[in-house]
Amino acid sequence: MRISPAGCWLIVAFALVLSSRAERATNHWAFRAPVRPAVPQLKDRWIRNPIDAFVLQRLQKEKLKPSPEADKTTLLRRLSLDSIGLPPSIAEVDAFLTDKSKDAYDKQIERLLASPHYGERWGRHWLDAARYADSDGYEKDKRRMVWFYRDYVINAFNRDLPYNQFVIEQLAGDELPNATQDQIVATGFLRNSMINEEGGVDPEQFRMEAMFDRMDCIGKSVLGLTIQCAQCHNHKFDPLTQEEYYRMFAFINNDYDAQRVVYKPDELMKVENLRTAMAKIEDGLKAKTADWQARMAKWEDSVTTNQPNWITLAPRIEDISTGGQKYLMQKDGSILAQGYAPTKHTAIFWSTNNTISNVTAFQIELLNDGNLPCNGPGRSFKGTCALTEFRVEVASVLARTNVSKVKFTSATSDYEQPERELEPNFYDKSDRHRVTGPAKYAIDGNGDTAWGIDAGAGRRNQPRKAVFQCEKPMGYAGGTIFELYLEQNHGGWNSDELMNNNLGRFRVSVTTNAGPIVADPVPKPVRDIFAIPHQRRTPRQVATIFSYWRTTVPEWKEANDKIEWLWKDWPNGETAFALIARENPRDTHILTRGDFLKPQKEVTPGVPAFLHPMKSNGSTRLDFANWLVDRRSPTTARVIVNRLWQSYFGTGLVATPEDFGTRAEAPSHPELLDWLACELMDNNWSLKHIHRLILNSSTYRQSSRVTPELRDRDPNNRLLARGPRLRVDGEIVRDIALAASGLLTTNIGGPSVYSPAPAFLFQPPASYAPFEWPEATGPDRYRRAIYTFRRRSTPFPALQAFDTPNGDYSCVRRMRSNTPLQALTTLNEPMFMECAQALALRTLAEGGKTDDSRISYAFRRTLGRLPAPDEKSELLGLLKRQQQRIADGWINPNELSTGKNEKPENLPAGTTPTQLAVYTVISRALLNLDETITKE
Amino acid sequence: MTTPEHFFNEQCKAITRRWFFKQCGVGLGTIALGSLLNQKLFAAGKSALINPLAPKAPHFAPKAKRVIYLFMAGAPSHLDLFDYKPQLAKFSGTLPPPELLKGYRAAFINPQSKLLGPKFKFAKYGKAGAELSELLPNLAQVVDDIAIVKSMKTDAFNHAPAQIFLNTGSQQFGRPSIGAWTTYGLGCETSDLPAFVVFSSGPKGTSGGASNWGSGFLPSVYQGVLFHSQGDPILYLSNPKGVDAEMQRDTLDTVRNLNLKHFDITGDPEITTRINSFEMAYRMQTSAPELMDISKESKTTLEMYGAEPGKSSFANNCLLARRLVERGVRFVQLYHEAWDQHGNLVADLKKNCKNTDQACAALIKDLKQRGMLEDTLVIWGGEFGRTPMVQGGDDGRDHHPNAFTMWMAGGGIKPGITLGESDEFGFNASVDPVHVHDLNATILHLLGLEHTKLTYRFQGRDFRLTDVHGELVTKLLA
Repeated sequence: MRISPAGCWLIVAFALVLSSRAERATNHWAFRAPVRPAVPQLKDRWIRNPIDAFVLQRLQKEKLKPSPEADKTTLLRRLSLDSIGLPPSIAEVDAFLTDKSKDAYDKQIERLLASPHYGERWGRHWLDAARYADSDGYEKDKRRMVWFYRDYVINAFNRDLPYNQFVIEQLAGDELPNATQDQIVATGFLRNSMINEEGGVDPEQFRMEAMFDRMDCIGKSVLGLTIQCAQCHNHKFDPLTQEEYYRMFAFINNDYDAQRVVYKPDELMKVENLRTAMAKIEDGLKAKTADWQARMAKWEDSVTTNQPNWITLAPRIEDISTGGQKYLMQKDGSILAQGYAPTKHTAIFWSTNNTISNVTAFQIELLNDGNLPCNGPGRSFKGTCALTEFRVEVASVLARTNVSKVKFTSATSDYEQPERELEPNFYDKSDRHRVTGPAKYAIDGNGDTAWGIDAGAGRRNQPRKAVFQCEKPMGYAGGTIFELYLEQNHGGWNSDELMNNNLGRFRVSVTTNAGPIVADPVPKPVRDIFAIPHQRRTPRQVATIFSYWRTTVPEWKEANDKIEWLWKDWPNGETAFALIARENPRDTHILTRGDFLKPQKEVTPGVPAFLHPMKSNGSTRLDFANWLVDRRSPTTARVIVNRLWQSYFGTGLVATPEDFGTRAEAPSHPELLDWLACELMDNNWSLKHIHRLILNSSTYRQSSRVTPELRDRDPNNRLLARGPRLRVDGEIVRDIALAASGLLTTNIGGPSVYSPAPAFLFQPPASYAPFEWPEATGPDRYRRAIYTFRRRSTPFPALQAFDTPNGDYSCVRRMRSNTPLQALTTLNEPMFMECAQALALRTLAEGGKTDDSRISYAFRRTLGRLPAPDEKSELLGLLKRQQQRIADGWINPNELSTGKNEKPENLPAGTTPTQLAVYTVISRALLNLDETITKE
Repeated sequence: MTTPEHFFNEQCKAITRRWFFKQCGVGLGTIALGSLLNQKLFAAGKSALINPLAPKAPHFAPKAKRVIYLFMAGAPSHLDLFDYKPQLAKFSGTLPPPELLKGYRAAFINPQSKLLGPKFKFAKYGKAGAELSELLPNLAQVVDDIAIVKSMKTDAFNHAPAQIFLNTGSQQFGRPSIGAWTTYGLGCETSDLPAFVVFSSGPKGTSGGASNWGSGFLPSVYQGVLFHSQGDPILYLSNPKGVDAEMQRDTLDTVRNLNLKHFDITGDPEITTRINSFEMAYRMQTSAPELMDISKESKTTLEMYGAEPGKSSFANNCLLARRLVERGVRFVQLYHEAWDQHGNLVADLKKNCKNTDQACAALIKDLKQRGMLEDTLVIWGGEFGRTPMVQGGDDGRDHHPNAFTMWMAGGGIKPGITLGESDEFGFNASVDPVHVHDLNATILHLLGLEHTKLTYRFQGRDFRLTDVHGELVTKLLA
């Protein structure tokens, strides 16, 4: 190839650009590990800790002075909203005001950092970054039960789990030695990605979308780098190549997207107790049967070869019969159902076989799979399934029109489920008597009965099998076409909810052996162990065999019954999304422009060259996680302290918390950022340590009052010559109203609640499909907003109005808008009105006997401070005017104070409905003040 | 470059004193109070003047000042409505040519499915002889006012990603929608109503959900506001029970006075912005119900649309869209999710056209007779097309991204033309293909916005609606 001179110049110029960019990149401050800077030695009584020294140094440079300390009431409200997301009660304010001790403020910090609400407040920030939501997103946007992850985060913050450990658990808790349930639940972090199960999707396409999302999430939340650019090409500004992106990708590309059964603490205890009790009974059997091992071995010998020869059919699906579900052929001849899950469909498979001509029986094995709910083998929310009918037609390859239906004479299975009503979850609006039961229900020609496999809590997610005996041998010499009809009609009415009851992973096989063929009673996990030589079996494997074998020993009936009885006590548990490493890692390729259909070169796990090197050559998620929180990581510690700073002061020391790359503007206080990062790492990555430092600083304690000059000079308060004054996050806007009214329920954790919202939002055409929103009643109505169910496609209106992200993707910086829709929300949304009414009632009950004391009381409940005289007279004016209008008959006081035309209940003695009504007006005004929803 | 800081300065420049007085002076209790407030607001410095939705000048003189986007969600069959293919009719029942299917993925069907001929009669209409299906008799009457694009193509063939793609130029969630980009670029002529209004009708909701009209990384003030077509159009618009108009006003005045007192102490301009937000909310409480009350429309108008006061329907929404743009709303998007005909193609298309054809045509006629069509851009279309191959027996079509039809009218669109062609089976856009990015670049152009210059800095990168793509479709311009 010849290159023209002009072309040469171009190449040279381009190379220069590249090299200078690379140079700039390696010199970029954020790509070099932070080194603890010297604290400026300034002599100033204002300085309480090194934060102040750094801030003051900059202020002096700008010829600015810090603001005086905020008054105590304002400070406590600020401190309280920042630490726990709730305003202080009147009693808390009074206690602080009367505490004249030197460490009064420090005591408040300690009280608040020790509050369990601290985890709710700061966990919520992480949940933004972790794009937590309670539904799948995309069209179906089905609910998912993942609140264990939310509670894990809250608890982790409350116990101040070191941040490095926290990040490790997020990415690889399951790979830690002796991983606890909590550590497994933590991997829900990566699993919070959206899932697209709309009809006709290619599951691999949207698995890859989810993988990109996980990479983006790690980039924003932990690394502070915009790595997703490199999904399609080398990063344009930072020295991250596309290959490096996919090398990081390779660490996290080897997992099942699992959904696991998890237990609450009391349930976990119960599970442990039951396990112990069962083991004790089994130990008893072993103790009184000296030769049990020999007897078990003899039994094993008797059953190892007693099975007919099963030939796997590995049939193909008729596309038209899938109902939109994808049936994916697996290497072992089984079929895995993924993607959209219709609640009723008949899947038709066909298989041509030229060698089998005398089929005596068909077998359907239901198999576990890490991608199925609770490991399967079904696709229902419990991992179970129901086979309504199984029909087979055979035809001759030579004469295809000659089709005969297979008549089955018996159906047997390894677990014969007793007949059971279909759970309400599968209600199909037909009001027919639909049941599941033994395998014969799949060949009884009755569409209301189905073969079911639910063996109860603790045992429902086992592989199962059923065998269907033909009346006479079927098939044709010269080749047979088998057409298999798997009717799966035991799901519910709405395929856009968790109502499917489909097979998850299954394998169909046939035998030509003569004689009565019945399902092998020996469970698959036991038979799998048979394949392992005795001397190489683990104690656990031996125990697994024993647990089955004992059930076959007649004289142990009593012990077996006892254990059976114990199983009935096993808790159902809940579910959580988690990762489970696959036995065989996937190959990871560079993808042309991020297109999963265009794989290029294969890559191995590895980390970008411009960041610190790995300590190990490992390729697991755990290796990757350890690398992320390596002391030498240039961004990890900086990124998290920057986010804490952002939350306190509105803007981070780096204004773009998601991007510390070469395009990010320089930090406002680079030394302070590095000092905080080192301080975090040197103090066992304790976030509470950093909180304590910030909260203690004079910088934080400044008054937020601002002069026009300073405002124009530093509108965003980057120089920190004043304290922060910011509208609180959406959740806290709502929580403040609930707290002020006294309605707030302060329970920590548990399933998400369906806070009151307009019903039409969850029905078409506002929602794609109907979505059940069983509005919370009782105390759950008044839970903190962190517990409000988050449906991605239907953001909760009162939170959305205040810029709460809906979890579609990782968010480390919220907007802070100020809009008319916010005003409409706090003025008119029913829950805010309910709060106004409740605050009124409480004011009459507890606020003294005069309007003067009552107004002060309501004011303090809302704002912490006492009203100034002119504020009080403003409110008194409103009170008098509306009192008069009620007296004149313009307003129905009962309607105003109850929302119904009913007399108010619990009216405090000596008060009137009119008073309750006017205090509802006063309370509503107070809840709508700018100051109420502002940290000041 | 568009950083928040830059954005802030631009906003300041864009806001005229006249606008400021108009928006901040009206609606307060008394004129005296109004001017008192104005003084305070001015005293609060420039940041107090920020209304991110104040009208802004476009990059160049626009042809369209506002948009009504009729989003036919679910994806209508171009083959049965607009794009008549004699060859498809001829080879109906046979397998498609293998070379057509190379590398082709379908959502539900095996691509090796038989071709299915058009299900309806087609005829030519208007001066230009545009070909339309018999299902669109009303559109036929205004066909000389619209431009039909038969060569649309997109990247996605599942509903949610494809809807998000058409709206945001990306299949991944988190990017701003075209309505959000438009209001970000142009602001809004009214502050009595939201700048970007969305309606949803049809038997289902949209697949993409709220992200279809989301603001992505743009400030959330630019996101679309979903209007309910019955009851309160905007959530929480009505006063709570027991609160009458006078009490609401009295409460707002008290809240404002207390806020002003507090502003005197703190000096935070955010307080004045909040006062303004409450005043705008109060005005919305009056203007939105007035907007929704279509009973004041003439009988002729109601009949033309097929709208009925008190009902919720696509027809009502079309009429409401006209009322919205009349009142200065910048961007109106009507979703009608009904077009996913995997089966029941014939009956459902008949039904859908019965529910929409008249109102779509009425909207064109109505805007025209009011002199508004010339600067109002109307867009009709879905997220992709449908397969020439059959799904199921003989009455359904699968998703198809390679070719589909949209139409546009008004706002600088050349009327009475048909642009582009698909191949003989309606499978691939073959002549003058218009990719989604090209469409979006053209829409922005008509609004006076250069799609490569309308950017927002996020994560160190200047993002655009059209990503790094998009060619202006000049043949569509009048």
